[in-house]
Amino acid sequence: MGQLSGPTDPTADAHWEHNHPRKGFFTDTSICIGCKACEVACKEWNHNPQDGNLELLGSSYDNTGSLGASTWRHVAFIEQGQERIAEARESGRALVSLGMPRIGPPAAPDLAEADTTPPDTADFRWLMSSDVCKHCTHAGCLDVCPTGALFRTEFGTVVVQDDVCNGCGTCVAGCPFGVIERRSNGTIKVATSREDQHDNHPAVPNVGIAQKCTLCYDRLVDDQTPACAKACPTTSIKFGDHDDMVETARERVANLHAQGMTEARLYGANENDGVGGIGSVFLLLDEPEVYGLPPDPRVPTADLPRMYQRAGLAVAGMAAAAALAFLGGRA
Amino acid sequence: MVPEAEFTSYYGRPVVKPAPWGDDVAIYLFLGGVAAGSALLGLGGQLTGRPTLRRNARLGALAAVSAGAVALVKDLGRPERFLHMLRTFKVTSPMSVGSWILSAFSAGAGVAAVAEIDRMTGSRLPLGPLRKVLQAVEGPAGVEAAVFAGPLAAYTAVLLGDTATPTWNAAHEELPFVFVSSACLASAGLAMVTTPVRETGPARKLAVLGVLGDVAAMKVMEYRMDPIAAEPLHQGKAGAMLKWSERLAVAGGLGTLLGGRNRVVAAASGVALLAASALTRFGVFEAGLASARDPRYTIEPQKNRLAARRAAGVTDDAITTGS
Ligand code: SF4
Ligand code: SF4
Ligand code: SF4
Repeated sequence: MGQLSGPTDPTADAHWEHNHPRKGFFTDTSICIGCKACEVACKEWNHNPQDGNLELLGSSYDNTGSLGASTWRHVAFIEQGQERIAEARESGRALVSLGMPRIGPPAAPDLAEADTTPPDTADFRWLMSSDVCKHCTHAGCLDVCPTGALFRTEFGTVVVQDDVCNGCGTCVAGCPFGVIERRSNGTIKVATSREDQHDNHPAVPNVGIAQKCTLCYDRLVDDQTPACAKACPTTSIKFGDHDDMVETARERVANLHAQGMTEARLYGANENDGVGGIGSVFLLLDEPEVYGLPPDPRVPTADLPRMYQRAGLAVAGMAAAAALAFLGGRA
Repeated sequence: MVPEAEFTSYYGRPVVKPAPWGDDVAIYLFLGGVAAGSALLGLGGQLTGRPTLRRNARLGALAAVSAGAVALVKDLGRPERFLHMLRTFKVTSPMSVGSWILSAFSAGAGVAAVAEIDRMTGSRLPLGPLRKVLQAVEGPAGVEAAVFAGPLAAYTAVLLGDTATPTWNAAHEELPFVFVSSACLASAGLAMVTTPVRETGPARKLAVLGVLGDVAAMKVMEYRMDPIAAEPLHQGKAGAMLKWSERLAVAGGLGTLLGGRNRVVAAASGVALLAASALTRFGVFEAGLASARDPRYTIEPQKNRLAARRAAGVTDDAITTGS
């Protein structure tokens, strides 16, 4: 067992004896065009079945909904007006002024000097962001999995073994990002207005088993780029060594700040956060919750020692109560 | 009036996913508690010469733990793979630790109960030479089950606490106390239903202690939890169940205290206590699922705690950074 919280190298923590660098993503949402090529590529490569019944969800161009057992990339669309843009710019500026302690260059730009006249504060903007499993340094899903189906790969990523998982569902509740899900047989959502699309589809594989992004483990072992990153036409999804991804992310955010886009911020690049940093770093243009991301996630296992301690005390209390009941004279 | 705190979400969709667990799991939480407490009562009966209490408690423990295990297996996505639970031991996984506790408990509870069944049927179980072995290990088996009883009653609280489900996670400090108390009062209630009053003195005491612990732990828990994450405990179906659970626990406790020596009152109090425990488990279970379905319970407490840390000068541990 490795560390339960704090900065660490997850691969070494999992006792891999080699020096594969940790792999990861940097998803730069500032250049995402919402084409959903990543969603499609992921579905195709992983043979993931259809999710739902092709309904329109009334959430801008997002008719996918959320990450789930059969959706491992999800592109979020958010429409915002001027007021909200100004707020995002402010909250971003406040973050910069917190002056995060960081390791190594580049230093946070001194925004007092930079020309921070907003480039052209639009009346309207469309935020698009391709969400994915975070491949957390401290992965709640992996920690709580009782069967060992979830494991840490040599690339520092988190993967489910289909043939081991028994569908207990503990990981679903253990993920602070709402990523992993147990796959249902796909016929649960009843189609209302159209013929059930599932009639024409092949049988759904891995029913009853927890599923999520594998960071294309099958491709990584062959030195290939994950399907979603490969398909992304704008390089919004970048793939590489985790350290390089974090560095690229830092350069990019500094760059945007220098252009006056103070709304830009990084999500998951800080190894001191509640999950020890994440493998899939994001550059966001507003608060995380706007994109459906948790603002202060914490891996539940970080508090597990404390929980066992409290449970131990409760067990002692129960034994004492039973002893008292039998020993404390005749009732 | 305090203005509604500003809170944004992605089209009101949940941030975390609720566990894909059905009522079976809540039933297991209840039955596991009944089994655990019964094993303790069984051991007490065994050590203090209360044969009827011992017999009924042992049978109750085996019945409850078997039905509970069936419920648990039924809830798996792949029930045929339930043995995968025992292919490894992971201390970071309360589900794994719990599976081993459940197995160890069941072994002792099973042996002790089979010994009772053999006695009840006038040694008619086809045991052959194994009967002597059974009689020799029956006592130690009762002790072994009792050793794992506490852990069986408490681990389910850790199982719920160790999740990103807002209400369960926020309750992790006190939930073990709520669950062991609930186990005590439920198993004592079962003994009061099944066993004549002459042998249930200790069960009545355990029931009263359980009620006191249950009500107190629940109050402390609600007081110490994040106030927003505690809301689902008071709302909707979960809120109604928990309110009734408290009423029934108090009624059962009073009945036990005032009329526990009367067979009818004792049995009625026992039923009330069992119902109270079942409602506690279902209420806590439902409240957690409801908290996961509404993004407010994930986002608001997290924003508040982040802001509190920043206000206290801790600025290096946020997931969102400016550089
Ligand atoms: S985001 Fe969730 S599913 Fe992905 S590694 Fe982290 S805890 Fe596991
Ligand atoms: S559902 Fe599968 S992967 Fe998830 S915790 Fe259970 S066994 Fe592990
Ligand atoms: S890395 Fe592979 S599995 Fe993960 S989202 Fe991209 S294509 Fe899908």
